[in-house]
Amino acid sequence: MSQETILDIKDLRTSFLVEDFEVKAVDGVSFKLPKGKTIGIVGESGSGKSITAMSILQLLDKPGKIMGGEINFKGKDLTKLSEKEIQNIRGNEISMIFQEPMTSLNPVYTIGQQIRETLKVHQGLNKQNGTKKAIELLSLVGIPSPEQRVKQYPHELSGGMRQRVMIAMALACNPELLIADEPTTALDVTIQAQILELIKDLQKDLGMSVIMITHDMGVVAETCDYVAVMYGGKVVEYQDVKSIFKSPKHPYTVGLLNSIPRHDTDVDELEPIKGNVPSPKDMPVGCRFAPRCPFATELCEKELPSLDTQADGSEVRCWVYTDRWDGDPEVNVRESKRTAESE
Amino acid sequence: MFQFIVRRLIQLIPVLLGVSIIVFSLMHLTPGNPAQIIAGENAPKETIEQIENRLGLNDPIPVQYFNFVKDAVMLDFGSSWRTSLPVSEELWPKFWVTFELAVYSTIFSVFLGLIAGIISAVRQYSFADVGIMLVALFGLSMPNFWFGLMLMQWFSIKLGWLPPTGWGSPEQVILPVITLGTMGAAVVARMTRSSMLDVISQDYIRTARAKGLKERVVIYRHALKNALIPVVTVIGLQFGSLLAGAVLTESVFAINGMGKLIIDRILARDFPVVQAAVLVIAVVFVFVNLIVDISYKFLNKRINMD
Amino acid sequence: MNSNQIDQANIKIKKAESPWKRSLKDFYKKLVKNKSALVGGYLILILIIIAIIGPYLTSIDPDHTEYSVKLQGPSGEHWFGTDHHGRDIFTRVIHGLGITMFIGFTATILGSLAGVIIGIISGYYGGKIDSVIMRLMDILLAFPGILLALALVSILEPSRANVIYAISIFAIPTFARIVRGSTLATKNLEYIDAMKALGASDLRIISKHIFPNILSPIIVQMSLFIANAVLTASGLSFLGMGEQPPSPELGALLSDGRDFMWEAGHIALFPGLVIMLIVLAFNVFGDGLRDALDPKMNKK
Repeated sequence: MSQETILDIKDLRTSFLVEDFEVKAVDGVSFKLPKGKTIGIVGESGSGKSITAMSILQLLDKPGKIMGGEINFKGKDLTKLSEKEIQNIRGNEISMIFQEPMTSLNPVYTIGQQIRETLKVHQGLNKQNGTKKAIELLSLVGIPSPEQRVKQYPHELSGGMRQRVMIAMALACNPELLIADEPTTALDVTIQAQILELIKDLQKDLGMSVIMITHDMGVVAETCDYVAVMYGGKVVEYQDVKSIFKSPKHPYTVGLLNSIPRHDTDVDELEPIKGNVPSPKDMPVGCRFAPRCPFATELCEKELPSLDTQADGSEVRCWVYTDRWDGDPEVNVRESKRTAESE
Repeated sequence: MFQFIVRRLIQLIPVLLGVSIIVFSLMHLTPGNPAQIIAGENAPKETIEQIENRLGLNDPIPVQYFNFVKDAVMLDFGSSWRTSLPVSEELWPKFWVTFELAVYSTIFSVFLGLIAGIISAVRQYSFADVGIMLVALFGLSMPNFWFGLMLMQWFSIKLGWLPPTGWGSPEQVILPVITLGTMGAAVVARMTRSSMLDVISQDYIRTARAKGLKERVVIYRHALKNALIPVVTVIGLQFGSLLAGAVLTESVFAINGMGKLIIDRILARDFPVVQAAVLVIAVVFVFVNLIVDISYKFLNKRINMD
Repeated sequence: MNSNQIDQANIKIKKAESPWKRSLKDFYKKLVKNKSALVGGYLILILIIIAIIGPYLTSIDPDHTEYSVKLQGPSGEHWFGTDHHGRDIFTRVIHGLGITMFIGFTATILGSLAGVIIGIISGYYGGKIDSVIMRLMDILLAFPGILLALALVSILEPSRANVIYAISIFAIPTFARIVRGSTLATKNLEYIDAMKALGASDLRIISKHIFPNILSPIIVQMSLFIANAVLTASGLSFLGMGEQPPSPELGALLSDGRDFMWEAGHIALFPGLVIMLIVLAFNVFGDGLRDALDPKMNKK
């Protein structure tokens, strides 16, 4: 952990103010991202992972608002910046790509126009130089015959191609941080692999740091260095990628891992996590995951555990790993599958 | 695209035929013998028969209809029963007055409506938004002929700023255009607002913001261009209803346009003129709609492909 | 979101009820939920009550002339002033309100009835009938706004009945198009196929299953069209092509107002305001209802 930290989020809280009450979508999220590395933020939809990402660039939809916390990017707290200052960072030092490549490009402008726009705003490139750079970018992200593509409209491109265009646009100003919000979810499986490969290669070549928002542990295994697992607006586990697959700690992480196919262990059937993500409107008082957790005790239901650093350097938000644990002292969370079945 | 235009043109044929049949029937369903109306009440039988023969009133109806269409295509609508002048000679100067009025009013309503609609959408639920939408609701609910009278009362009679009647000088244009254009402005404002709101929630607007564009650029370059596509349809329809609505506005401000001509000649039972005027408005309306359809299709092409 | 879930739950519970009852109940629920629809609805109700009871409450004859008080401005005695014959404008407006609303209602009911039947036939049977009907509707739609009504009244002689016929013909294509669209959408639902397979007659399917489903958009359109019809009817009277003197129809009152613009501006003021109130009420009601019924709009 001696590396330079590019992004340091501390106790980020983002809420949606609907009529009279506050819906806490992100509730005290903290994590660090070392320069040049990739962090995966993992969770089901509704866990607050996308809102976290949107909060970084302050791209929240209308009733959404950052209520507190810090987002330190290269020593600057982004939450303290003026609208104009954050605009200078967006698409320039921090770029973002989105889940829906089909609808994320403006249908009435050509690919070239849309890439040029970013270059013009942040680098003042004129039309001629902008087009030259756009063509370079398109070939960088592996789009064939970029000279023709720059003149085309989004509807003339496939979904995979559009996501490549989005990536090209995001890379236009050599950002130091790329936020990828479920970049492959809407794509075909074969295209998914290509796009992930592309992001990985570009990261290596350009030395970017990446935040990979995903619900897919497969994507995490493929691309990430560190993983933050989110549940109910909070980080429940933070580890480096190897450890999280080897020794997941939080029962939710274990559940996530059990719900995907793996090559290394021989599992007969996949086990989905039972129940649903709690609505932010009525969060459980205790551990957010308690209602779905096979190990939940009275303590879990009453009191929210804190995110504690373990002996091996991982961070977990679970009573099982504390002195106050009131359940079976021999419990082995990794064996939750069998335990859950025996109950 | 070319195929689409051809198909739309072919679809136009039955509509134009139907319109011509309705307009043709106007004259033939009216009570009274046209020859009698032309010749006057006490005309001798020979004169009436002569006129009947000249107008071909004794020909079978289909033959008369065929001749009517044949002449109408050449813009020959016969001659007035009252003034004996060729109808087209009477019609065209008045057509251009009404056309001007409709064009200016359309420009007024689009200009005002777009600005109001954009402000409303960008500042949704603000005082400005609520205010604009309330005004638009009133604009939509006002009888425009009454609005015209009220404007006239204030700006012409009480304040004496603008002439109460007539058409031609810039001062004379102002009140009729406001009168006729206000309802259109309300329609355009409401349409623009809902279309803008629709577009602002689209993914590509978030992309534009994520690129670091100024909010103004996001709204005017990225949102507006997309939001305008459905508004185009409304503008086309507006132009048509303004052509027809001009009848009332012209009556209020005593403008010598086609609307006033229609009313005057209905009262005078001068049907060739009425017929021609109705036909011209309907045909212009049909073609404006065609242009709107084609431009909508053209503008929408990029969006609809996926 | 939440309301949608509630709606879905309601639909499940209500399956046992007749589709008619369900449709009406659903309609009522949505009406009550939308504030602007409710305000519009109350306003309409008040206007109807005034139109019906009002004439009995004023003792003055709307046609009573009294030249000694002609062209007087509003006063304690004549709230809206008097016209060029010394008639009390307030009384005339109260009587005119009923006439104008009657024309608007009747024309809309006649026109929507014809339009609904045509639209259902077009949408349900499809094919050649459909394309012929839709072409006919295109022809009617080629005459913008007041033009068709004007042309028809010009042949038929201006009178109340003819104004009603003219406006109702003008209403037909609007309703036919909407109903056709909704019918097409409903017709393709699976349970309609199932009904057919069970041997239900067309008439039964249409009256028991299709019509209740398209009722809501029809009511919305009727409200919006009444607004339109009131404007058209008063416009025709204003032009002298509708109600004839001494009728106190609101548009006809405005026509008097125009003639005495210079001497007595107040004559035109009040009838116009009342027309606006009627149109406003139906627009607000129709708009509100449409928003309440359109789930896409609900999301915003």
